[in-house]
This record gives sequence, structure tokens and C-alpha cells, in this order.
Amino acid sequence: MMDLRELYQEVILDHSKRPRNRREMPEANRRAEGYNPLCGDRATVFLHLDDGIVRDVSFEGSGCSISTASASMMTEALRGKSVAEVEALFQRFHELVTTGPEKAAGPELGKLAVFGGVREFPMRVKCASLAWHTMRAALEGGGRATTE
Amino acid sequence: MSSPARTTPAARLDVEAVRRQFPVLEVTVHGKPLVYLDSAASAQKPRAVIDAEREVYERYYSNIHRGVHSLSMLATDAYEKARTRVQRFLGAAESREIVLLRGTTEAMNLVAQSWGRRNVGAGDEVLITGLEHHSNIVPWQLLCEEKGASLRVAPILDSGEVDLEAFERLLSPRTRLASVSHVSNALGTVNPVERMTEMAHAAGAVVVIDGAQAAPHVPIDVQRIGCDFYAFSGHKVYGPSATGALYGRAALLEAMPPWQGGGDMISSVTFSKSTWNEIPFKFEAGTPNVAGGIALGAALEWLCGLGLHAVAAHEGEMLRLGTEMLSEIPGLRIVGTARKKASVLSFVLGDVHPHDIGTVLDHEGIAIRTGHHCAQPVMDRFGIPATARASLACFNDRRDLEALVRGLGKVREMFG
Repeated sequence: MMDLRELYQEVILDHSKRPRNRREMPEANRRAEGYNPLCGDRATVFLHLDDGIVRDVSFEGSGCSISTASASMMTEALRGKSVAEVEALFQRFHELVTTGPEKAAGPELGKLAVFGGVREFPMRVKCASLAWHTMRAALEGGGRATTE
Repeated sequence: MSSPARTTPAARLDVEAVRRQFPVLEVTVHGKPLVYLDSAASAQKPRAVIDAEREVYERYYSNIHRGVHSLSMLATDAYEKARTRVQRFLGAAESREIVLLRGTTEAMNLVAQSWGRRNVGAGDEVLITGLEHHSNIVPWQLLCEEKGASLRVAPILDSGEVDLEAFERLLSPRTRLASVSHVSNALGTVNPVERMTEMAHAAGAVVVIDGAQAAPHVPIDVQRIGCDFYAFSGHKVYGPSATGALYGRAALLEAMPPWQGGGDMISSVTFSKSTWNEIPFKFEAGTPNVAGGIALGAALEWLCGLGLHAVAAHEGEMLRLGTEMLSEIPGLRIVGTARKKASVLSFVLGDVHPHDIGTVLDHEGIAIRTGHHCAQPVMDRFGIPATARASLACFNDRRDLEALVRGLGKVREMFG
């Protein structure tokens, strides 16, 4: 049996209770809204891109602890990264929450590795990936992302 | 709804005996005995229903209404007996007023597309209420969009009751149809459908009652309600999924055009013209869920055998107890506090998202529904994205509620 603490790790609970970078960003030059129709979770991701580098990133929205913590930790992970690095990290994170972190290729996940427990909870994978899909939609020019 | 204030000892539900009839209650989830508090989403099946469906396949399965061989006659007879069982369950005058379908959603779409397309035009109005679930919203939206009609919505009060004054005010000679839930799935509110039907009829509207949530909890009498259509789903009354029925007044059903074309719904077919079978078969194109329909009859037989009033009294007692127990939990707020309620406990717990509540409870073996309950406008009305919902059925007892309270304690430990 999977222990619930594998899913709800301390760092996840901390970010869900005190999310970082949860704010609107008026100077953002990329933004997108994400929606998970299954549970009604919403996220708006704001990016300030300059010269292909993420200078600032923030989010707004309401969701469960997994989706809030994922958005919060994503904003911390992305700042200062190039668009190519962001894309690589997106792929790596996606692997982590779906197939698992065993594959060694790709950038280091760092703190994001705490989401490894999510893949044991198939109904919650979309919670963890909502902010990431939304961020990617913002990079690709904005609009709406859904987890469907 | 007539809920008996007192029950005689003889009418009291023997919950232990009821529990033994549900094989699934022996299952463990994450190593814990299953506590099933999600019957409003779909009910578990008693042995009688499982056996009835298996017996069809093992002993007399065949297509119906078309064979001269013995099995076909047996299957036809059993299927039509199920129709009569549904008729009695709903208090309909005649069995030809019962159309057997896949459930409430299909029934609502049938009324919208057959009656609605013929009788609703540009400038007309369809009236629903603010507590409807999606299957009593979207079919009317599709109809109104196609016909240039408008969908009007009677608001609900903070208690989760429909604002009846507003409902009456929104009725006008333009209102062609009013469609109302008998019982709200998200909040548990029992609507005064007799009175609402009277109001809508006074304005000249046809009345549809969505009984999906009412059927397992509330004795139904369509003639006393006075409605023109009444829909319910088999899977919520302990029957198989993808079964259900639409009651329609005979005169209305007869005047309505067919909905889907195919076998069984015709009386003659040539390449130039077909003529329609009589009601209800006119609305039953193709081979139906034969075994499922027969097992639906068995489910109603079983439920009525428990005694609908005894079931309602037991669920009422569990609702009272559950409301009391949940209200003592700090930070917990029950959403939906109508005076007349079916056994549904929708709640929010501080800032904890319902999905997190659902995941933690699941690890304790407790199944509840979390989310918008296919009633997003209801969630918007209360300014919340979702609720956690525990719904109580005839087999739930005090221990289930105690398990829920213990589980919510674990939720608070983790997220408090």
C-alpha cells in the first residue's frame, strides 16, 4: 500500500499552504489560462520573457494542494531558465508524474522530485501537471490549456 | 414527499440485514473495509439485482418483441413485467406511459428533441432552476439555441431551496416548458414539485420532473405530482447502469414524433414511408438493454420490498445524525441546508480542497464524491469550485458516519 505521505510530502504541503509567486503580473508578456474540467481547478500562468530567458514567472488560481504546490514550485524552478531549458524540464516533469523518474536523461529535477509520488495516484496526475501545461501554452503564445 | 414522523417497529429497516445483501460491502480498499458514501453518484447493487441479471443470461436471454421461440417470449414477458414494475413505482396510470431508456439523461434529451422541437419556437421560453445538474440544463440549451428560444433560470436561496416567488414570477405565457429536479444531487434539496407543477401548469407550461436523485429516497406518485414527464435512472435505485425510464402522459407521448428511428419503433416500413408503432415502443428504437431492464424491475421490487417509507425514515435519521456529527468538526461548513433534504451531505472543510479530502478518505477506505457534481452553476452560486459530498443510502449506518468523522480528523491533521 502506498503511504499517503509519499503523495503529500512536507514540501508539497508547505507550498500548498504558502504558495510562492502567487500574484498577478501586469508586466507579463506571456500568459495563459488553464482549466481542469474534471475538478474545476483553474490556473493562470504569467511569464515575463526577455531575450529567450524567463525573467519572472507567477501564477494565480484555485486548486487542490497538489495543483497549488505544483504551480508554486514550478515558478521557483523556472526563473532564469532559457525557453529550451524550460521545455526540457517540462518533459522531465511530465515523465516524473506519469512513468516515473527512473530515466536518467534530462535536466536535474531538484526539489520537483517530490512529485514522484503522484504517479501512484492516477486521478491526481492532472492536478500536478495543470500549471505546467498552462505554462507551456503561455510560452506558445497564450490562450487556454486544459488537462483534457 | 411524505416522510413519516414515526415508524412502527415493524416498519423499521433492519440495516444489518440490508448490508448483508450487498456483496461489495465485503471488499476492502487500501486494506480497510469499504465505507461507501457515494450512492448519489451511483448506487451499489444488492444480490437480488445481480442474480436477476445473471439469471437472464443463464436461462432465457433473447431478443424481445420479435421472436416466436420460447426464449424470446420469456424475455419479452420479463421485460414487459419490468415496465409494469416501473409504472407502479412511479404511480403512472398505464404501462404504455413508461418508455424504458438508458437513464435520466437520455430521457431529458428525448423530451427536448421530440416534444421540444415540435412545441418550442422562436421567442418561447424554457424555465429551469439554479440547482439543476448538467443533464437538466444542457438538453434545453441545445433546444433553445436551435429554436431561438430562451432558457430562464429560477434562482436558489442560501439554504439551497428554490426561490419559489422568483420561479412563479419567471413563468409567463411564453413559458412552454418547465423542468425541475425533484431532489438536488449536489445539495439534497427536495423541491416542492407538486406546487411547482401547479404553478407552471397555471401558466400553460408542460412540466418535466428530473427524478434521478429522488427515486432512491422519496416515494414517487406522478399522478399526485401532476407532472407531464418524469425521468429517473436505474443505476441510482440499485439497478444496472444504463437503464432507466421516462414517464410521459399518454396523450403527450402519442402526439410526439419519434425520436430515434430503427427496429421495434415502427409498425410498417417501405422505402417510401414508414409508420410508427404505438407508444411507448415508438420511442424505443433498436434492441434495448434486455437483461438490464429486467434487472431494473428486480431492483424496484427489492427496494419496495424494504419499504420505501422505512428506507426514507432510516436515511432521514442518518442525515440528521450525520449533520450533527459533521457540524461539530471545526471549520466544516455544510452546503445545502434546505428544510426538506434527501440524505446528501455536501460540505467544505476550511481551505482544504475537496480533492485532497477525497484522496485522504480513500486511503481510509471511504468513498465520497468530490468536485462539482455535474452541477457547476450550483457551485458558482455558492462561490466555491467544488464540494466534498457524502451521500447516504439504505445500507449506511452510524459506523459509516463515525468512519467519515475519523477520516476527516486525518484530513485536518494533514492539512490543518
